[in-house]
Amino acid sequence: MATLAAVIASTHHPFYYRASTAQGEDRPPFADEWVRKITAFRETLTRARPDVLVMVGSDHFHQLWLDNMPQFLIGKAPFYDANWYNEEREFGLPRMVLRGQEDLSAYLLREGLDAGFDLAYSNELRIDHSITCPIITLRPEADLPIVPVYTNIFAPPLPQPKRFVQLGKTIRELVESWPGDQRVAVIGTGHLSLELGGPRQFGPHGPDPEFDRRAVEWIASGDLEGCLSEVTLDSLHAPGNATHGFMDFMLMMGVAGEGAKADYVDTLDLFHTMEAYFTWYPNGASA
Amino acid sequence: MSRYLLNKFLYTVDRDPDLVERYRDDPRGTVTWWEAERANQILNCHIPEASTWLRFDEVEREALTTHDYVKLFELGAHPFLTLTLFIAMFERDHPEPLGFQKEYARRLAHFSLPYPDIAT
Repeated sequence: MATLAAVIASTHHPFYYRASTAQGEDRPPFADEWVRKITAFRETLTRARPDVLVMVGSDHFHQLWLDNMPQFLIGKAPFYDANWYNEEREFGLPRMVLRGQEDLSAYLLREGLDAGFDLAYSNELRIDHSITCPIITLRPEADLPIVPVYTNIFAPPLPQPKRFVQLGKTIRELVESWPGDQRVAVIGTGHLSLELGGPRQFGPHGPDPEFDRRAVEWIASGDLEGCLSEVTLDSLHAPGNATHGFMDFMLMMGVAGEGAKADYVDTLDLFHTMEAYFTWYPNGASA
Repeated sequence: MSRYLLNKFLYTVDRDPDLVERYRDDPRGTVTWWEAERANQILNCHIPEASTWLRFDEVEREALTTHDYVKLFELGAHPFLTLTLFIAMFERDHPEPLGFQKEYARRLAHFSLPYPDIAT
């Protein structure tokens, strides 16, 4: 069976690429510290020696649109083009092409359907910064095949938080039952408190530092019970109007498991939103 | 009222570099043209297989033709779509970093929770 080599949860800040590559007076004052933290975070994936990456993210109205909106979707394609004109325009993100791991996509779809998730799929998926940001931060060589998993945290009605957790648990079971000897890392990105297009956007910190503190504690300690007892679709409006992206962190807590303490935790308080980085090694760091 | 159609306008303009400039320079003309020619196109369908029933109401049309992002927020247009397109059109007019984004927040400052519903 495959080995779950690492579980990684992260924010996906689209400004990292530009901040980290800017030089001279264009380089923001926080760039050096940010790069140091990302470089250390990257090492947590490198040491897991993955062969395949399952990438959990959320399309930001790029390919998926309101005339046909899936709740959970898995890409099944040999290649994925990546990043979109408006991400190039606003964030300076580069165009990319990633290979797909089609047999694992097929396995997750078949077994996921049979496990009770009516998963949508796509045979031609152009992925966006929710997946390319962690490629840029964690595996800039972009040399490993991926399986994209998209969730709807964006266009209501949304699935309940517990459903994200259940899907995370199922993804873990399926990765660990996938025939073969590949080493799989599951990487998912979401948000802590975040406001986009509202009055609390682009402040000196995230819109709700207290939510961020508690969220980091839930994730770092694997406190799924505490998190699920407090987080609802309604409650997530309070910390910021884009905070439903936190449900992708909850999905990753499901992958990591109830009570699973993260082996690596780091944060960075930036303007606009707090960055947060977590890594678990379900079979030990050297397994 | 159609939040869906507002979102469809913002989405289809934002993804087309020429339309972004056209909407910046001639909002009334662009909205009139778009409502007549594009509002009923189903994005993944052959053009003759269009819808027949989509149109803006007066308030929506006026909000779009006056670039009134505060009104769009009030109407429940998806905030991410509005923000992304308006950054593309107007960030260039603000010399300091994030100047437009911060002004945008200030102009929405009178809204408190719960924000207008964005469900479609």
